[in-house]
Amino acid sequence: MHEMSLAEGILQIVEDAAAQQGFQRVTEIRLEIGALSGVEVDALSFCLDMVLKDSVADGARIELEKTPGRGYCLGCGETVPVNALYEACPKCGSYQVQATGGTEMRVKDLLVE
Amino acid sequence: MCTVCGCGQGETQIEGHAHPHTHEHTHADGSVHSHPHDAQFHVHHGDLHYGLGPAHAHAPGLTQARMVRIEQDILGKNNAYADGNRKRFAEHGIFAVNLVSSPGSGKTTLLVKSIEMLKDQAQVAVVEGDQQTSNDADRIRATGAPAIQVNTGKGCHLDAHMVGHALERLNLPDDSLLMIENVGNLVCPAAFDLGEAHKVVILSVTEGEDKPLKYPDMFNAADLMLLNKVDLLPYLSFDVEKCVEYAQRVNPKLQVMQVSASIGAGMEEWIAWLMAGLDQAKAGRRQNVELLNRRIAELEAQLAARPA
Repeated sequence: MHEMSLAEGILQIVEDAAAQQGFQRVTEIRLEIGALSGVEVDALSFCLDMVLKDSVADGARIELEKTPGRGYCLGCGETVPVNALYEACPKCGSYQVQATGGTEMRVKDLLVE
Repeated sequence: MCTVCGCGQGETQIEGHAHPHTHEHTHADGSVHSHPHDAQFHVHHGDLHYGLGPAHAHAPGLTQARMVRIEQDILGKNNAYADGNRKRFAEHGIFAVNLVSSPGSGKTTLLVKSIEMLKDQAQVAVVEGDQQTSNDADRIRATGAPAIQVNTGKGCHLDAHMVGHALERLNLPDDSLLMIENVGNLVCPAAFDLGEAHKVVILSVTEGEDKPLKYPDMFNAADLMLLNKVDLLPYLSFDVEKCVEYAQRVNPKLQVMQVSASIGAGMEEWIAWLMAGLDQAKAGRRQNVELLNRRIAELEAQLAARPA
């Protein structure tokens, strides 16, 4: 979904950091993308290729770190791994699972020169 | 997709097309690694591979390269605008709802009907999001309610910045109801907070009952689901019970109302829900004003106690 907006958001974060910290080139961008964030990684890389062109991060390597989905099960009162929002609790089979982790999409850090 | 070499297999899942094999490649810095092709990401399990670079270490002074911690939400900018909108709503006692659905679910008809029913109870304004045309805003304006059309062009969703600009033009009176009709799209608007009190997802019974499973992000982001066009149920094989069950699988807290905007069935419950939200927003504003007045009185008392 909306991966182009996300790619532009990433570029903005990188450019703000470059202006604040005075680096000239970004060689690596490390992203943290939660399994339940709804981000299509394939499309995001494609958009980043285009968006980062001629920026401080032109050609930067993109490292994606996937954070696992987690949820709190109202059925058994436990925190359980969640692969998709519509899945049943792996412990008790209840669908009363609220996502509590894996929804984030963040820029973690940059390798700069 | 592997983001280093571009070998393509990402999260796009094509049913019946399994393609597992491993793949080895070399990074620009000379390090080599392999990963299974069915891995959804090119993941290093939380490790940074600086030690594999030419200097075999990553310490300040050894190379020109340095690491900059960012730790920022990619949607941080949107969220900051959304917080601004939310603050503005709270200050003015405005109850804002973000209506999301696929195209053709009957959002605009529902809005027109709602505005008619609310006419004597509340001031209503509308922000209309569509890629092109002002047809929907025209339909709303015909009811007498102020409306601003936001054309997103190629964009697939409204963002908080667009809504902020629309608010500047709408000049909403205090204690009013703002209905934001998002771009018809069951995917992207889920991720963008506009500063609204609630997302309301509208699903019509002419769509499949498994929509909540197909588009879980949206049903997860919403607080209320309106099941629209229920007057057509006798002519369809739509299973209401199953649909609600699917929706609550994705979001156990999701409230559901069955309505038909065109014949008015179930609309009272929805209008009552809106009015309850509006009353709460009004009460919040009054409380704020009271607090400010009390603060002014305190400061004036302090000032009076001082010699001039």
